[in-house]
Amino acid sequence: MKFGVVVFPGSNCDFDAYAAIRDILRQPVVYLWHADADLKGADCIILPGGFSYGDYLRAGAIARFAPVIGKVTEFAREGGAVLGICNGFQILLEVGLLPGAMLKNRHLRFVHRDVYLSCENFNTPFTTGIDQGSVLRMPVSHGEGNYFAPPDVVERLEAEGRVVFRYVDAEGRRTPEANPNGSVHDIAGICSEAGNVVGLMPHPDRAVEEVLGSTDGIAMFASAVAALEGAPCEA
Amino acid sequence: MATSMKSSTPPRAVVTVRYKSGVLDPQGATIQRALTDLGMDGITEVRTGRTFELELSPDTTRETVEQACRALLANPIIETYQIEMPE
Repeated sequence: MKFGVVVFPGSNCDFDAYAAIRDILRQPVVYLWHADADLKGADCIILPGGFSYGDYLRAGAIARFAPVIGKVTEFAREGGAVLGICNGFQILLEVGLLPGAMLKNRHLRFVHRDVYLSCENFNTPFTTGIDQGSVLRMPVSHGEGNYFAPPDVVERLEAEGRVVFRYVDAEGRRTPEANPNGSVHDIAGICSEAGNVVGLMPHPDRAVEEVLGSTDGIAMFASAVAALEGAPCEA
Repeated sequence: MATSMKSSTPPRAVVTVRYKSGVLDPQGATIQRALTDLGMDGITEVRTGRTFELELSPDTTRETVEQACRALLANPIIETYQIEMPE
């Protein structure tokens, strides 16, 4: 299988994702330029972190109109596996592939630190390989990561098991301190109705080597390989 | 002469985008606290927003401006918009 990492002007974690896939997973990976409406035959699309188009207006608001996004949307609607990390998550919200919106962090500060996450849905292409009951550690790095959706949407996400990741403390408990940005219901990541589109604010791409402080992010990329190679028709 | 004066100023629309009520506005809350710290304790709430000044071609309709608001200027999940333009 082949991964495609989308590159926008202002992406700054595109190489993190690319390197995680190429050097750690040792899987084929290509860059997908924002202005080209071409997915180059990729089987799994990563929208990386950064500040696409300077995040002018709202984070992800302009990226939404990039030619490549039209193709990504088509790919996602056909069941293709798409992972949005940080700015990539913000873009998925603006595109409408995932519900909700991002507000500025509750305390207005840009937050860059390690957080702990519980995974609550092991059926997405990016979470099948995560150990159930484990607490994951990876960094967040954002100013607008305060996830918001109207109460009925949040209720629906909860009822349908679409809250994929939640901020917790090191012991896996939900506490106000564990939530770095004020996200409703401590939501760190969600998935689409079909589960094939996943977005999260924390960075699995920056948690793939001991030298980075954590290797908990590897399981997300490895899950995609297992999910897509193990059952290529399922998605 | 009056008509030529008029045509030299292109029509404009002013779009104001605000957070919906119930949506947290941490910038507004911080500004309100700062005003209180400056002694202006009569200001009990501040809500921030954003104003867009659009210059239009003479035949641009209100519907086009509405469309711009819905498609890009406002995020309908968290924001509302208000358009002021000459009819």
